[in-house]
Amino acid sequence: MSSITKQLKQGIIDENPVFIQVLGMCPTLAVTSSAMNGMGMGLATTAVLMGSNLVISLLRNIIPSKVRIPAFIVVIATFVTMVDLLLQGFIPALYDALGLFIPLIVVNCIVLGRAESFASKKGPGKSLIDGIAMGLGFTLALTILGAIRELIGAGSIFGLQLLSASWYQPITIFVLAPGAFIALGFVFAAFNAFRLKVTKN
Amino acid sequence: MEFIMIFISAVLVNNIVLARFLGVCPFLGVSKKVETSLGMGMAVTFVMTLASLISYVVYNLILVPLKIEYLSTIAFILVIASLVQLVEMIIQKTSPSLYQALGVYLPLITTNCAVLGIALINMNKGIQTDGAFGLIHSVINGFGTAVGFTLAIVLLAGIREHIEFNPIPKNFKGYPIVLITAGLMAIAFLGFAGMIK
Repeated sequence: MSSITKQLKQGIIDENPVFIQVLGMCPTLAVTSSAMNGMGMGLATTAVLMGSNLVISLLRNIIPSKVRIPAFIVVIATFVTMVDLLLQGFIPALYDALGLFIPLIVVNCIVLGRAESFASKKGPGKSLIDGIAMGLGFTLALTILGAIRELIGAGSIFGLQLLSASWYQPITIFVLAPGAFIALGFVFAAFNAFRLKVTKN
Repeated sequence: MEFIMIFISAVLVNNIVLARFLGVCPFLGVSKKVETSLGMGMAVTFVMTLASLISYVVYNLILVPLKIEYLSTIAFILVIASLVQLVEMIIQKTSPSLYQALGVYLPLITTNCAVLGIALINMNKGIQTDGAFGLIHSVINGFGTAVGFTLAIVLLAGIREHIEFNPIPKNFKGYPIVLITAGLMAIAFLGFAGMIK
């Protein structure tokens, strides 16, 4: 039990895919115009990570190491196609909001990175937990960034109006493309400051 | 005229990095020096133009007649991966000097989401316009997008070479300052929006 919580903590905090490893930047910047979209993208990626990690771990002794990268990509692309079709069928609103970025989970470096560095070496149980942990870490980062951008850019979080329009003038640029870069820059700087403080103590 | 419009739109208005957020990883990772970023840009231009061409052919001549369009993601990523491998081998044999210049960046392009992204964008445009987004449109769109990528990454590298020597607050060193710089560039590129409908 303790090893599972340790793995989860590692994925979400110690080795957070976005804040520490700086992977998967494209979806992080593109779909976080609202907290809801960020969370949806995070959960879709988590689903792919779980599936691909489990299957790759089960096949790790069968796949020859020379062709492992194409083999991994085919496994990942299969799960991405499944998630793509499921979202299209059951949550069309989210499917429209995320658009192109659902098929692009295939080239998300987090998924291939975990397949290469974890699932191809460890057993299926551990790999599944690793997929969940990394996925949740990614989801957390996307939700935080989405919430910040939505709050500044539209005065709301998860569609709930927090800053009244009567006195707060939303800074619309934060829900547009430039705001994504600037908001992520400040979140990274805050994370750096926090880490420097912790290591000092 | 229409081709020029598509080209300008792909380079400036819908800049792949600053407006569409594709290919951000190499944009942040390989933009420390102007020279290397130019090499990366050239390699991407080469692969992206070819990938637009071949993915169009694969989609319209193989996937559509067999009614397996839902496999497009898998098909495209395989096309791109093998294309990158092939291009690497051909350049190595025919032009060792070009291979030296591009060498390091070629394998990295497989995981550049801009290449798969443009293949999918071309495909979606074809579906939206009922197949009228033809082969030449796709290739020009791919080439223009790649030129836009090169422009963005070279500009960022130029700025980064300069800010290296400036006193940056400790917490903003590394990625934060680069992201904020990219944000300011994106604001500048926002000025092109509305230029072409």
